[in-house]
Amino acid sequence: MNNLILMPVLWPLLTGIILIFFVKQVRVQKVISFLSSLIAIMIAAAVVYVVKQEGMMTLAMGSWEAPFGIIIAADMLASLLVLTTSIIAAAVLVYSFKGIGTERERYYYYAVFQFLLVGVNGAFLTGDIFNLFVFFEVMLMASYVLLVLGGTKIQLRESLKYIIVNVISSAFFVIAVAYLYAITGTLNMAQLSERVAAVNQPGILSVIAICFLVVFGLKAAIFPFFFWLPGSYYAPPIPVIAIFGALLTKVGVYSIFRTYTLIFHHDQAFTHMILGTLSLLTIVVGVIGAIAYWDVKKIIIYNIVIAVGVILYGISLMNEEAIAGSLLYLIHDMLIKAALFLLIGIMIKVSGTSDLRKMGGLMKQYPYLAWTFFIAAISLAGIPPFSGFAGKLLILKGTVYAESYVGLGIILLSSLMVLYSVFKIFIHGFWGIVNKDYVPKQVSISGLFVPAVVLVVISVMYGVGTEGIYPFISQAAQTILNPEIYINAVLKE
Amino acid sequence: MEIVMAVVIGVLFMCATYLILSKSILRIIVGTGLLSHGAHLLILTMGGLKQGAVPLLSEEAASYVDPLPQALILTAIVISFGVTAFLLVLAYRAYQELGTDDMERLKGNDTHE
Repeated sequence: MNNLILMPVLWPLLTGIILIFFVKQVRVQKVISFLSSLIAIMIAAAVVYVVKQEGMMTLAMGSWEAPFGIIIAADMLASLLVLTTSIIAAAVLVYSFKGIGTERERYYYYAVFQFLLVGVNGAFLTGDIFNLFVFFEVMLMASYVLLVLGGTKIQLRESLKYIIVNVISSAFFVIAVAYLYAITGTLNMAQLSERVAAVNQPGILSVIAICFLVVFGLKAAIFPFFFWLPGSYYAPPIPVIAIFGALLTKVGVYSIFRTYTLIFHHDQAFTHMILGTLSLLTIVVGVIGAIAYWDVKKIIIYNIVIAVGVILYGISLMNEEAIAGSLLYLIHDMLIKAALFLLIGIMIKVSGTSDLRKMGGLMKQYPYLAWTFFIAAISLAGIPPFSGFAGKLLILKGTVYAESYVGLGIILLSSLMVLYSVFKIFIHGFWGIVNKDYVPKQVSISGLFVPAVVLVVISVMYGVGTEGIYPFISQAAQTILNPEIYINAVLKE
Repeated sequence: MEIVMAVVIGVLFMCATYLILSKSILRIIVGTGLLSHGAHLLILTMGGLKQGAVPLLSEEAASYVDPLPQALILTAIVISFGVTAFLLVLAYRAYQELGTDDMERLKGNDTHE
């Protein structure tokens, strides 16, 4: 019992409500949301600290004890993701001050931004599968508004598709929950885990597991459900893409993480084999997209798809190395994707185009931008000592232990291709000669550049200091690999 | 009774699938509405159907219906209601702005941003 673990959900909710009252005073909104995001980071850090000290924390909403009431459960995985979310949110928020434009600021941008965080943090922290659906909807509703805010033609067109896809996937979520409830008679994740283990997951439960894979796969953009992602993420302004790319797909990944390690882990030859195959195919299509396009936004968007594939492949192996690797890689990817989107946002702003064939020669005027992008790019590809390396190494170790050499080969090859795709941006955007029609503008970018640099620095520290972070990751991995810890914390209090 | 419900849900899903696969946005929205109706009925059926009892009267009640599915449906109905309203407004706005409600013409590619 600890009320602190509900704060990451309540705090942005409160901030969002307050921001609505100041909707026309943009300056006040900026101050409030900035201070609030700093406090949110402290709250999240406190949650991580408490969970590290005292083990997993739970909170029964309205004192309705588990399994009857809704449980908020903060294990290490959830709290680390909440902390990462808060850091990214603060950085993207500061970027928005210069990068989103007054029009959107005057129409509830900052308030909706906070509501998105309510949904994301809630989805990470909840211990009830129907409550997970509710927080998904909170998050999606906010994302619909952020996606369409501004009302340009491309935004309207892409939001329609995005919303229809998500409405259908929500219906599937409800259907899957209904089936699960009919068979197990509970919605509490810990009790679900117990009951599924008690009957040793017969075929019908594996079918439901695949239902959930479809639902979460649609959010996480795995193959073959990634089709909506490149279009929809292309439409909104850069800060919105950054927050979507860093957080929304990762909520889907987290949900697969949770359900496939806590509840449906008894028939791995079937469910985890499907998950593994799909994630490898996800990597392949992501790589094809990342290499094929000449648009900087499209290249980074397809890199999201690749990373989702890598993380999920680690989960599908279900051994200690691979799970710890997936966790490390998940947090790394959230940080570095947000940073990369912010950096290409600056590139697009100064060069006036997102087409690499028209860009060129930014290095001369913006050397710091170039070298920051360089570091972010090699971190993404996983070159030591930067942040992608340790996670990928552990996942690869996991593939060797599981003797799945196809996965090993595909992940290694994909790293090379990721490196190629981001260096394509570096070579054609920063090197080369300036295109006469798109001469880089001499504008002040410091307001946009600082948050991106902060994210890159955090990500570098995350890479260099992996040794220091590993105890946290290891604790999270222990909880994941031993569902009894989760069950005991929730049910036996 | 469960069999009848199963057939009804199946018919709803069938109609929803047909409508969602059509080109007009309005028909797609009606389709998503039917799909969520089907899903809600499914929760109700999955909770077990009983006649002549209300959810939880008192501790000594001889017979009562499981109240949880009803709470779930209520939540899901409110959410799908809100999302459908938003979707209808968005579809109207998109129609005004883009001049078409035909999904075929809303594909979008590099030349047509």
